[in-house]
Amino acid sequence: MIPAPFAYTRPSTIEEALQAIADGGEDVKVLAGGQSLIPVMRLRLAAPETLVDLTRVAELRGVREDGDMLVIGAMTTHADVLTDPLLAQYGQLIVQATETVADRQVRRRGTFGGALAHADPAGDLPAVALALDAEFVLAGPGGRRTVPATDFFVDYLTTALDEGELLVEIRVPKLGEGWGVRYEKFNRVAQAWSIVAVAAAVRREDGRIAEARIGLTNMGPTPLRASATEAALVGVDVSMETVTAAAAQAAEGTSPSNDLNAQADYRQHLAQVLTRRAVAAAVGL
Amino acid sequence: MTAVEDPTSAVDLPPAKEVGQARRRKEDARLITGKTTWTDNMVLPGMLHLAVLRSPVAHGRITHLDVSAAKERPNVVAVYTGADFAEEQGSLPCAWPVTPEMVNPGHPSIAVEQVNHVGEAVAIVVARSRTAAADALEAIDVDYEPLPVVLDMEQAVQEGSPLVHDHTSSNTSYHFVFDAGEAGTGGDTEQAFADAEVTVSRRFVQQRLIPAFMEPRSVVVQPSGDSYTMWSATQIPHILRVMAAMVTGIPEHKLRVIAPDVGGGFGGKLQVNPEEILCLLIARRLGKPVKWTETRGESLMTAHHGRDQVQFIDVAADRDGTVRGLRVRLLADMGAYLRLITPGVPALGAFMFPGIYKFPAYRFECDGVFTNKVPTDAYRGAGRPEATFAIERIMDELAVELGMDPLELRRKNWINTEEFPFTTVAGLEYDSGDYHQATEQALELLGYDELRAEQKRRRDSNDPVQLGIGFSTFTEMCGLAPSRVLGSLAFGAGGWEQASIRMLPTGKVEVVTGSTPHGQGHETAWSQIVADELGVPFEDVEVLHGDTAISSRGLDTYGSRSLVVGGTAVVKAAEKVVEKARVIAAHLLEANADDLEFTGGKFTVRGTPGAGVGIQEVALAIFAAHDYPEGIEPSIDAEATFDPENFSFPHGTHICAMEIDTETGFAKIRKYACVDDVGTIVNPLIVEGQVHGGLAQGIAQAMYEEAIYDAEGNLTTGSFVDYLVPAASDLPHFDTGNTVHVATSNPLGAKGVGEAGCIASTPAVVNAALDAVRHLGVTDIRMPLTPERVWRAIHGGGDGGDRAAQGSNAYGGARTTESGIQEAQQ
Repeated sequence: MIPAPFAYTRPSTIEEALQAIADGGEDVKVLAGGQSLIPVMRLRLAAPETLVDLTRVAELRGVREDGDMLVIGAMTTHADVLTDPLLAQYGQLIVQATETVADRQVRRRGTFGGALAHADPAGDLPAVALALDAEFVLAGPGGRRTVPATDFFVDYLTTALDEGELLVEIRVPKLGEGWGVRYEKFNRVAQAWSIVAVAAAVRREDGRIAEARIGLTNMGPTPLRASATEAALVGVDVSMETVTAAAAQAAEGTSPSNDLNAQADYRQHLAQVLTRRAVAAAVGL
Repeated sequence: MTAVEDPTSAVDLPPAKEVGQARRRKEDARLITGKTTWTDNMVLPGMLHLAVLRSPVAHGRITHLDVSAAKERPNVVAVYTGADFAEEQGSLPCAWPVTPEMVNPGHPSIAVEQVNHVGEAVAIVVARSRTAAADALEAIDVDYEPLPVVLDMEQAVQEGSPLVHDHTSSNTSYHFVFDAGEAGTGGDTEQAFADAEVTVSRRFVQQRLIPAFMEPRSVVVQPSGDSYTMWSATQIPHILRVMAAMVTGIPEHKLRVIAPDVGGGFGGKLQVNPEEILCLLIARRLGKPVKWTETRGESLMTAHHGRDQVQFIDVAADRDGTVRGLRVRLLADMGAYLRLITPGVPALGAFMFPGIYKFPAYRFECDGVFTNKVPTDAYRGAGRPEATFAIERIMDELAVELGMDPLELRRKNWINTEEFPFTTVAGLEYDSGDYHQATEQALELLGYDELRAEQKRRRDSNDPVQLGIGFSTFTEMCGLAPSRVLGSLAFGAGGWEQASIRMLPTGKVEVVTGSTPHGQGHETAWSQIVADELGVPFEDVEVLHGDTAISSRGLDTYGSRSLVVGGTAVVKAAEKVVEKARVIAAHLLEANADDLEFTGGKFTVRGTPGAGVGIQEVALAIFAAHDYPEGIEPSIDAEATFDPENFSFPHGTHICAMEIDTETGFAKIRKYACVDDVGTIVNPLIVEGQVHGGLAQGIAQAMYEEAIYDAEGNLTTGSFVDYLVPAASDLPHFDTGNTVHVATSNPLGAKGVGEAGCIASTPAVVNAALDAVRHLGVTDIRMPLTPERVWRAIHGGGDGGDRAAQGSNAYGGARTTESGIQEAQQ
């Protein structure tokens, strides 16, 4: 529980942060709250030579509007997310999922961008970002680029971030009139990671489902979309029968792991049940 | 009356009794504001820090061990291996040889040639800082030649199994038998089964648990000449002192052990730890103070575990439900070594399997089995939760077999209140109680009839969420323990407790107790008792404990013994103080001692209004000692040692209402009601707190906790991510109540409450879960009731099966039958 020695820098601007990352060489890690990094360092599962702590980079923190989009700074803490008025209005799916993240103390330190860049498939926020088709704005020595969520999550704990790059903000569409959302999380105790969870955002139009976005947590090495279910929902009447039928396809294309909490077949079963419940709740059934 | 003329006259009302008041704990302010010194907060001049290199293999020979590079690391003072202490470390003590033939392979504090479980100490770095010590561990070079790993008890006892200790002839440490027929406390068990109209047999698994106390273990040793002071986060400073003296050869009077405020133990700190001995040996060798504090990972991996039994239980009964016989065979996992009371835990449980029922015949057998895992030992309840689980589960199974209501079956067989004192088939004399009354109250608290009606509605409508109700009508043996009984069970110590009371010149009172608390609230409860006994204000009493130089005699805290035995010693000491003060008061009042009355802290002369002297005034008078009777010592201080003649037997009825989501297997406690009879209640707030905490731990065994080793013997539940300890948010509201039937074995009438909730709750929860889904064909679900296990039991049959791969201890596939092991059908 005592980390190996490391060097520590605490920049105050994005520019300084990028420089510190460049100076840190190969064994540099970005500390974006420490929700996951600090435990693995204390267990000596990770022993970076240099930590670049982003806590003081004020420009990375906060939520703003940009037309139809919300722009969330990477260092916006979970606690910030839960009290932000814009997210309360347009980002309920993010808020619901964030409420289930860890415990109150951790939510004061852990950050939205940190959780996404860590890309733990059992984490709650990657599936939400994927369901929302979030855009990831990455800053690097050569400038900025924007990566769609489908490309951002590459593999287990692996993202499209290149060496020397920093996730600076995440852009998500505002979900307004007609949209209903639900984050349906399944775990054994309140503060545990999801065994499986489902993030659903569904738009109703004239008694029918016009659009459905469903992200799956912990159903593979990356967050996944329940694409077959999404397709099956479009255009159907809002009823338990149609939702149940569509949710039965939620596990298609998934490859969940076997571990102490669940074996793969049980996870696939859960994905169907939770998808049905999430969609039903999102459409107000 | 003319009392108004003299407000100090004897007709003043005495102050309200302290015993029975829900006082807030006087300990809490300093504990919850961090204003105390935990062992790890100790800083001594020149203190060095230890870090322990631990074996990553479960079973192997150390073929190469090179510490030279570690010695060169910055701020490292010394690095030791087992070879450095091979001649002086001796063996950690096992105080409970349950049979004369018991095999104890010996337990080195640090491995010398062979490691027998993951986490065993292999080398120790001594450095000027904790971080320097931890860093240098990485520079130690060690190789192991792997040996076959023995994990599964049922395989370990088979002929030809690899051995944990190659100098033993089998993995069985002992075979312990209690047979009521042979003991003369019951009939012939085999005959009872041969004659029975109905028999039910089950195999229950008590999974391995981790005590998971809040404060990690920590030890500081300060040498001073040829004397040593040890601070340790322990439950047992007195026992530790004796044992450490015997192991290290440090004379007992040269060793002082202090347990400062200790943050929980649950039995997990009822131990003589390898690191406590190693700290002493290293402090002796270096002549410097040393400290070792474990990390949470070390704690989960190397502090002793609890439970871990496979239970084969058979019950015989008549068709009408009258029980005729009980037969229990246990395999109890010792782990790799025998620690302080490792073998005694299942043996202690032997006497509780009959529970509250009038079995005419009973036989118990237990094999203690070695495996390559960390040793098991005391964990809240120690033997009694295992017994209570088995009997309360099999009573439900018998009810199902007979088509009877589970409560009706219990009523038919339990001891009725007019039958106390009742000698059970296990030879225990139960003191008092009323199982009927506790059950009726608990049913009312739960709202039983409405929940049964809802259960029926849900069943009839095939609701995906099913409801079940489970009972546990339990008793336990507490107040450990009558010393003669412990002697008859070959336990290595007595069960008495000591207290002394010192009356200070200003009238303040110091109470010294040998019962060392680690979170229970002794300081508050003892103050309440003394306030009543001496008639002094609660605030005037200070309770001293946990330091062998202050409380020289004591047997510490475990087995719900503190109030029952230690509290009684306090009462006895107070009675002596009053009697000594009475002689002096009589002298001061120029009266005959026999004519004095003592109430509300004041001696008065019978028939002489107005004449009186307070006991606090007597304390000052005798301190001055200017005027006291001839022939007595000028002191009213007193001490007392109390050795109980019997155990006490708390009982209660716990009822759990459980919702099971049949689609996901998720189990959720809908309502939990319990009525406990713990005898006299000194402080209702403390009692309720103990019940709540006990319920949390008992429910945790049923639903959340399980220590799992993989097939190589690695603890896969090595952090709180995987070893699930529930938090308040995971637990329901508890509806608690009490009945009071005083214990007859002590003047307080207290029975003990520290373990009640933990012992009672586990089977109530599992019975409730089964009641919810039995109509779907489920007959058993292994603990903990993970959603996956519940789901598989509902949809696939069996007991919910595996959580881990074959070969690990959480693999549910291996089954012992009379003919040996067979693989269960997958």
